[in-house]
Amino acid sequence: MYTPHTEHEIAAMLERIGVASLDELMRVPEEVALRAPLSLPPALTEREIRSLFETYARRNEAVGYVSFLGAGAYRHYIPSVIPALAMRGEFLTAYTPYQAEVSQGYLQAIYEWQSYICMLTGMEIANASVYDGATALAESVIMAVNATGRRRVLVSRAVHPNYRAVLAAYCDGIDVAIDELPIGDDGRTELTDLDERLADHAHAAVVLQSPNVMGVLDPLPDERRASLAASRTILIATVAEALSLGVLQPPAAWGAQIVAGEAQSFGIPLAYGGPYAGFIATTAEHLRRIPGRLVGRTVDKDGRTAYVLTLQAREQHIRREKASSNICTNQAHCALIATIYLAAMGATGLRNVAALNLERARELSEAVCSVDGVRLRFSAPFFNEFVVDVGRPAAEVLDALRERRILGGLDLGRFYPEYATSILMTATELTTRDEIAALRSALKEVVRPHVAA
Amino acid sequence: MAQPQDLLYSKEHEWVKLEGKTAIVGITEYAQESLGDIVYVELPKVGTRVEQFGAAGVVESVKAVSDLFSPIGGEVIEVNTALENDPAAINRDPYGAGWMFKVAVADRSQAANLLDAAAYERLVAEAAS
Amino acid sequence: MSPHDRTGEPLIFETGAPGRGTRYLEEAQPADRFLPPEMLRDTLPLPDNSELDVVRHFTRLSQRTFGIDVGFYPLGSCTMKYNPRVNDDVASLSGFRDLHPFAPDDLAQGALRVMYELERALSEIFGMAEFSLNPSAGAHGELAALLIAKKYFRERGEHGRTTVIVPDTAHGTNPASAAMVGFKVISLPSDARGRVSVAEIEKVVGPETAVCMMTNPNTLGLFEDHIHEIAAVVHRAGGLMYYDGANANALMGNARPGDMGFDLMHVNTHKTFTIPHGGGGAGHGPIGVAAHLRDYLPVPRVVREGERFRLSFDEPRSIGPVRSFWSNFAHAVRALAFIRANGAEGLTRVSRLAVLNANYLRVLVREYLEAPYDEPCRHEFVVSAQRLKNETGVRALDLAKALLDRGFMAPTMYFPLIVPECLMIEPTETESKETLDAFAEALREIVETARTNPEAVTSAPVTTPVGRVDEARAARQPDLRWKG
Repeated sequence: MYTPHTEHEIAAMLERIGVASLDELMRVPEEVALRAPLSLPPALTEREIRSLFETYARRNEAVGYVSFLGAGAYRHYIPSVIPALAMRGEFLTAYTPYQAEVSQGYLQAIYEWQSYICMLTGMEIANASVYDGATALAESVIMAVNATGRRRVLVSRAVHPNYRAVLAAYCDGIDVAIDELPIGDDGRTELTDLDERLADHAHAAVVLQSPNVMGVLDPLPDERRASLAASRTILIATVAEALSLGVLQPPAAWGAQIVAGEAQSFGIPLAYGGPYAGFIATTAEHLRRIPGRLVGRTVDKDGRTAYVLTLQAREQHIRREKASSNICTNQAHCALIATIYLAAMGATGLRNVAALNLERARELSEAVCSVDGVRLRFSAPFFNEFVVDVGRPAAEVLDALRERRILGGLDLGRFYPEYATSILMTATELTTRDEIAALRSALKEVVRPHVAA
Repeated sequence: MAQPQDLLYSKEHEWVKLEGKTAIVGITEYAQESLGDIVYVELPKVGTRVEQFGAAGVVESVKAVSDLFSPIGGEVIEVNTALENDPAAINRDPYGAGWMFKVAVADRSQAANLLDAAAYERLVAEAAS
Repeated sequence: MSPHDRTGEPLIFETGAPGRGTRYLEEAQPADRFLPPEMLRDTLPLPDNSELDVVRHFTRLSQRTFGIDVGFYPLGSCTMKYNPRVNDDVASLSGFRDLHPFAPDDLAQGALRVMYELERALSEIFGMAEFSLNPSAGAHGELAALLIAKKYFRERGEHGRTTVIVPDTAHGTNPASAAMVGFKVISLPSDARGRVSVAEIEKVVGPETAVCMMTNPNTLGLFEDHIHEIAAVVHRAGGLMYYDGANANALMGNARPGDMGFDLMHVNTHKTFTIPHGGGGAGHGPIGVAAHLRDYLPVPRVVREGERFRLSFDEPRSIGPVRSFWSNFAHAVRALAFIRANGAEGLTRVSRLAVLNANYLRVLVREYLEAPYDEPCRHEFVVSAQRLKNETGVRALDLAKALLDRGFMAPTMYFPLIVPECLMIEPTETESKETLDAFAEALREIVETARTNPEAVTSAPVTTPVGRVDEARAARQPDLRWKG
């Protein structure tokens, strides 16, 4: 479709090459030659492609429902200027900026992303992105394992279950064991046994997520920092809802040494799960262990400010089997989207949108908890999502809400059997009062008050 | 090219100067030239034991990372801390200011496993061809 | 201020003023109404810029960025072909763009259908039994596939399978991925013809062999003609064959890794299937497996039941997921759009013309740079500037930089490692004969200049926004973020 060759040109080129036909150049040994043409649907014109995919897109009816889904993927307002800039052809169709002289634009944008991530998390170094929050966590744990030489890691159960599943897959590969910290009654990680658990100095890191999967703020309390310091255990903070960084104490403030996060909330569409943009930010100590690309600012031979990929010798294309990671292609374009979002919003806009999230989530929680039979499950403060208990299997309630064209939230029982009657509900700046009212009315019809036995 | 005659060499392009019970270790002119601009060195900690030809650290340049192997076994008694802020000293003066670490030699007879200047010069000539 | 002038673009942090930003949303109440102050951050040192300043800043940055849309991008091993705009259009339809990954299956039938169709299409194109769209990049796919191999052997009680064989021409991610999964890497020397020889592989396979990772054509652009025997040798030793799909653009409709004996593979859809590279990602690295390995694929699987589709998480032998949600779905849309636009005939033509373009460029370029393997290539070829370096001191790097001055992106340099002063050139099928002629002429002129006036080449580039960058300084004094 996009091949420009005329028959005449093909003939001229074959002649220049010195072969009679293209078949000669395509020859493969008999044993591996294709037996029959590929069996694929016939080619479509561009018009037919658009029509076909519009049909498919229409079948995703969920986008027309009122939604209170979150849990690691958030519906946020994307200012028009973001796709307008991000989809510029130069940004979209450039490769990794290995030739710095003709890639100053992208390199500078990534330097700005690295800077923004450091400002938001309070850390000293951030890389040019990794695939998503889950792989950021897995790579962070690998960093901690390499830094300490220890092969166990202590992970809160309140870390996003998808992230923990990915971590488990990676740890299986490198023979690192995962121990769990339980979730306490207030929705935060239960830390009373922490000293004991760390006493044998066997853990490379402790992993906490804040806000955690229950929506509650779950930073390491100050009085616990001593345990980690004494046992020389690294604190890894996971951030799944990056918008929270606009208003909450950054992970550096509560002692994180590595931050593994997801930047989807910064202008990246939901897109059924991807592509998103993970980030890893650390203290200066881990500079040489951080995976992925790094952009540095330097000068060119005439003294002009110039940006360049640096410390590449740690990476796979040079270090090969001794590389700190195998990551090559990252999520640069998604990181660019996030950078443009942060530039357009600025501190004022970011603080404001984060505050709107706080506001709407509280309106939502008040509204739903005013329904008989629905109660707030956890007492700890939350950002933009929270858990309610509905007194009966969450799946049933959510099904009934779905019949009313409402996606009420996430069935926590899907990941935590002990919370099978609980729903994780999310509100963002896009949640309207009408939507909240609709959910409240629907819940009144659907939830029956629990009759005490 | 002529290598300093009073040194011994390993196949991994390290040099060692034996001074009584102490050995001073660095990398050769050929090594620093192949690596290019050196940006970072990871030296062994004082007090660690190194084996002859065992891993002792890492040298990182803009385009490559190379493992450092100790040409002689023993205990590391001193490291050149100036290289932390000025790794380029290895490029400028690999046999002098670019020295890397000193070892208290455990077994002097290990020197027999190393190349003298002439043998190392032949090795370099072969590698360059 | 023109994008071509050589004064720099300020950082976004160096412009702006507090409160200058644009109001995109309504005003919120202050955060301390909702949370106690000790939970809130004290400062947020981000700049506030007007929307116009943001637009100018990023527009100018884009103008200082070279993409396929700007000019010829012959990066070997990267397949920098034209990224059709219609793919972006359909990927950003609201029904795809705004779909939450936790949307119930029956309300996401369009998305599930896209995923299922893409998996089936890739299986057919590459001759594998089944595909998973879970991994986010080629290297990520390699990791997932190696986790599959590890689990496969563990379940069979074959705990001694600890090594992965990788040719010395392999892409760096291959050994790096193997190391990430705890395998020991054995490097296989290429023979005089630039290929993996059966004799060499027989020397290194054994009961400790887990996987042999290869790409075909290899990174020299040459077809591994003994691949069938090599696969047989590895299988006899009880190992698995892994196909690195980076060079898949050379063989669609012509040969299939599944038929060559590969048990596992990844495909870089940002190479073969036109997903935009976006400055280094996001990519997409779907993995395919032979039938006996399908149970190990990452979760969730996409299951078809009549005309309905659903996600299945109930896969007890799966290695688990390797990413947070189901796939880089927006890219799955793009890849499927490309496949549906081409059909079997179109994809076959894509590969044939990729091979034609590479051979045409090869015979032009070999007039003045040595082709170390002087035979027909597939979709890419390598040349060496070693002789030029010996005669004039001008190296591959200098040729690359001089090309930038003439409006071309440079080819891949210094890879694969076995060719000294290497340039790896992959034109792709979307380039016209005129472009190839112009590139060959530019390279010829640069080589000639190298002989008459080497300074002019070693000082390049001189017309770009910056000249050669002091990389040593960047690494010695890392400045990785703005500090104010």
